[in-house]
Amino acid sequence: MEITIKVFRYNPEKDKKPSYKTYKLEGIETDRVLDLLEKVKGYQDGTLSFRRSCAHGICGSDAMRINGMNRLACKTLVRDVGTKITVEPILGLRVIKDLIVDMGPFFDNYKKVMPWFINNDPEPEKERYQSPKARALFDDTTKCILCACCTTSCPSFWGSDEYLGPAAFVNAHRFIFDDRDQAAGERLKIVNDVMGVSRCHTVFNCTLACPREIQITKAIGELKMALVDGKLD
Amino acid sequence: MKTHQFEVLVVGAGGAGLMAGLYASKTARTAVISKLYPTRSHTGTAQGGIGAALGNIEEDHPEWHTYDTVKGSDYLGDQDAIEFMCEEAVQAIYELEHMGLPFDRTPDGKISQRPFGGHTNNITGKPVMRACHAADRTGHMILQTLYQQCLKNNVTFYDEYQVVDLIMVKGAAAGVVAVELATGELHIFHAKAVIFATGGHGRIWEITSNAYAFTGDGPAITMRHGLPLEDMEFFQFHPTGIYKLGILITEGVRGEGGILINGKGERFMEKYAPKVKDLASRDVISRAIYMEIRDGNGVNGQNYVYLDVRPEQVNKYAALDGRKRPDGSSYTVTGEEILAKLPDIVDFCRVYLGVDPVTQPMPIQPTAHYAMGGIPTNKFGEAFADEKGATVPGLYAAGEVACVSVHGANRLGTNSLLDLVVFGKYAGLRAAEFARGAEFQPLPADPSAFTREQFDRIRKADGRENAFDIATTMKKVMFDDMGIFRSGKGMENALEVVRELQERFKHVTVTDTGAIFNMELMNVWELGNLLDLAEVTTVSALARTESRGGHSREDFPDRDDKNWLKHTMACVDEKGRITLKYKPAVMTKYEPKVRTY
Repeated sequence: MEITIKVFRYNPEKDKKPSYKTYKLEGIETDRVLDLLEKVKGYQDGTLSFRRSCAHGICGSDAMRINGMNRLACKTLVRDVGTKITVEPILGLRVIKDLIVDMGPFFDNYKKVMPWFINNDPEPEKERYQSPKARALFDDTTKCILCACCTTSCPSFWGSDEYLGPAAFVNAHRFIFDDRDQAAGERLKIVNDVMGVSRCHTVFNCTLACPREIQITKAIGELKMALVDGKLD
Repeated sequence: MKTHQFEVLVVGAGGAGLMAGLYASKTARTAVISKLYPTRSHTGTAQGGIGAALGNIEEDHPEWHTYDTVKGSDYLGDQDAIEFMCEEAVQAIYELEHMGLPFDRTPDGKISQRPFGGHTNNITGKPVMRACHAADRTGHMILQTLYQQCLKNNVTFYDEYQVVDLIMVKGAAAGVVAVELATGELHIFHAKAVIFATGGHGRIWEITSNAYAFTGDGPAITMRHGLPLEDMEFFQFHPTGIYKLGILITEGVRGEGGILINGKGERFMEKYAPKVKDLASRDVISRAIYMEIRDGNGVNGQNYVYLDVRPEQVNKYAALDGRKRPDGSSYTVTGEEILAKLPDIVDFCRVYLGVDPVTQPMPIQPTAHYAMGGIPTNKFGEAFADEKGATVPGLYAAGEVACVSVHGANRLGTNSLLDLVVFGKYAGLRAAEFARGAEFQPLPADPSAFTREQFDRIRKADGRENAFDIATTMKKVMFDDMGIFRSGKGMENALEVVRELQERFKHVTVTDTGAIFNMELMNVWELGNLLDLAEVTTVSALARTESRGGHSREDFPDRDDKNWLKHTMACVDEKGRITLKYKPAVMTKYEPKVRTY
């Protein structure tokens, strides 16, 4: 089948402003949008630039707006979006070239929530024990691949890239609800900042955008509840 | 051109690179340079588990793990290094847990373990639960956890800097040349020690589980400096890749009771591995699938078979096998349990195949998966300069890019993650120790001259040839003639085609003339690496006139311990000629035996 793919283009070394370029190519229903971009790059326009690596939804490199929705190009098939496809960079981050954006502010926010395990007790000889029930409390938020689909779909983040954003909350949640970790209080203070969870207005964009199907709005809700009642279970 | 100075440089930020960075940075000024943002690394795609004889659920011992690994390697693995890795494994898992890694848990709160191919109870010969797991995203959790720890410990990162050359001074490593992708600028990193942890090169093959990034930059670079590559003919084809796409379906599916079924509805592994059946070693199962397809037993006459994890099938065959839970009750699963234990596999199948594994079988075919060969090292990550055991001062390698060799001719599932953690750590420690006692060598007058020459050649080529076409042809011929089964004739054909492609490659140019994120230029450079590695792989394979592990020859179907219990060491000279030398496999206490499962 013939597929028409319209792609956002911007080359800072040549273009004064961005434009769209349309390519036509043959494809099949099960082609990934990433496959189409690769073919365009291989045979029609080598200058088209985008990030990609694992090509099956795990590395988180190729977050893009595909027909207006934040998705991973490698996890979106022609059969999901049809034969007329528009691909644009994710919003809220500076476009560097074509579909490549400056991920700096996104990762800066991630690092602000202290996304690392903290337990200052002497290490036991073997593993620390954890019950399956305790482990399950943060299972969902361990799935995050830092692709930024969630954060860049959030209107609060579009307003200010200082806003921690859903991905940072997801990673804060992963540690706050891990009963082996000892820094929940400190992290809760961080997410309670003026640029924290109070700016989440529960619009669910993040949850819809997450390619890992993490229940992000629910996780943020649990953070808000913990701030109110101080309970972590 | 900017010049940076660090005592230790780590190239690559997957499991091995992060572990090396974490350990080296404790005592030496260290930087980790990676062409991808660290969490994009391919370690993150590893699924089923990391092997260690914790014995959390049933009896197990590091000695059993050692024997299974030796046997899995088809006796080519160096037994001293394997022993070291399997002994270190237990502590390595506890260390990951102490770093916060969210392993799945047993009801009593210990790290949970599952069976995996080739891992056995050495007394009964039955599968043993040795793979420590976090659902089916164990690699993701290792990568995230190690990156988090690096952040916590303020490790210095150069993200999206692609290393394109090694700087060598008087036979010793003195730094690297890297392209800053965001600006196109070349940077010189001056160092006392360099650790390559750049991963594999599976992109040589048409059907592969490997990331686009797996272009073998590390081995291609060291090879150009005349350094040897070990055992390149041994590349693992994982039995269960998603049909046509090659996306990995973990062995953990079979660990949880999944079975392989041919087009006639038969559980064919009974024929090939009567004892452990669907949990035989990967090379054995990939060959079995290939033979079933060749004999017309593919599903609907196509090049695939089914991997079936529907609960009714799992329960039926578990009952036939007499499989029990550790408490002695019979082994049964429900759809919900499959979903809970293998959420990503279920997701992949739904997205890419439109198949729900809880109610439908998955169409699978073998997929190019893992490089057993690579930059030769000892168990401390020190790179070898030749087959006699001389090392390259200041040069280290760890992870998939390295060949210690703990995987020999065929790697056991779960041992790649273990390899990263154990040897990444020791490479980091050893490099930092070396740096403490060493001086910075003076850099050559123009350290990036060769890099500029390489890129200029690409920019100025006549453009008569298309990179995408060349890549497609290489992948096809390598999959057809350098795949699961090989023959002298087929390999000669592959070599001829690859050499022709190397010639055609000289006419490939780029249309992107810019500096900022010129991914076209980098991708063309990477294709050159893949072609060079395809050539050395094929030359190494042609010379090995036997079948062992991942190298199966139709014209030499038997293992030949008399002549071939040795590692290939391939070197390229300035004129591009490949010479092969050999060194004996290290044996301690395991005599080669006929390998049956």
